[in-house]
Amino acid sequence: MGSQELTGNPGHHAEAVAAQESVWSGGGSPYAIGSKKLGMWLFIVSDAITFSALLMAYSYVRVASADWPTPFHFYPSIIKATVMTFFLLSSSVTMVMAVRAAKLGERSSAARWIGATMFCGLAFIALHALEWRELIHEGVRLFQNPWGSPLFGASFFTLTGLHMTHVAVGVIYLGTIATLFRTGRLDSEDVEISGLYWHFVDLVWMFIFPLVYLLSVKMG
Amino acid sequence: MSEAQVRTHESGSRKLFLYVWFWLLALTGVEVFLAYERLGVKLMLTLLMGLSVIKASLIISYFMHLRYEKRSLVLTLMPAMVFVIVLLFAFFPDSLRLLEMRPR
Repeated sequence: MGSQELTGNPGHHAEAVAAQESVWSGGGSPYAIGSKKLGMWLFIVSDAITFSALLMAYSYVRVASADWPTPFHFYPSIIKATVMTFFLLSSSVTMVMAVRAAKLGERSSAARWIGATMFCGLAFIALHALEWRELIHEGVRLFQNPWGSPLFGASFFTLTGLHMTHVAVGVIYLGTIATLFRTGRLDSEDVEISGLYWHFVDLVWMFIFPLVYLLSVKMG
Repeated sequence: MSEAQVRTHESGSRKLFLYVWFWLLALTGVEVFLAYERLGVKLMLTLLMGLSVIKASLIISYFMHLRYEKRSLVLTLMPAMVFVIVLLFAFFPDSLRLLEMRPR
């Protein structure tokens, strides 16, 4: 690809450029994204399938059971879960702003936006931990609860626990990226890739929230 | 890159992102409202899942930037993922069988 330019033959330069621009002449990146970004996308697809399998398992046992509890009162449970959803959706917007700032080369601004994203993520985890504590206090365990099918606790804690772990790992990941990006050791592509992971975590919640919470509201 | 380049180059503008965010919140509100309507299970599930898929599409297209990536990337990632997830639905008849087999 570059050999014709190296020979310093100006007449063939246009040809060389044309050949370089052909997808099939090699040297280009498949899908026109870097390998790191492609790697993150492939991971996201696999993780999405993992969560889908868990959601399917939850749906399976729920459909098959005759006594699934619907214990979530509007106050405090559904309100809290809705606020948690608000925090995650907002964190996605702050992340998108962070990526935008990173692409513009504004390192401290990007780091601040990532900080806002991390704050929203931590707020989500805090509310979630409080909710877990309340449920455990009311007697919900992995394989028993005072209300109905013993599998309620198993599916609830597995789904929300795995998701919460993803959020926590994401907060640490983002903190690392923010620090390294601000000090110039990473570039904007790395910020963008961490953004992809973060949006994925938000995406999973878009399905957990209706399937686990909204389908189990306590009807007045 | 200048602000103008970022805007026109290959991503949405700030206004677009806030617009998407607003719609995500609005759709969430609709979902919470629907949860308290007394609808049949199938209808409720269809509506909730339909709304969630719309929200997911908004996030994937605009926040995760897939709308602005090469079509070949979208076609490599999305159809196979959707197909595998839909394949999981094959288990539902079995769970319905379990439900019907329960002693009453």
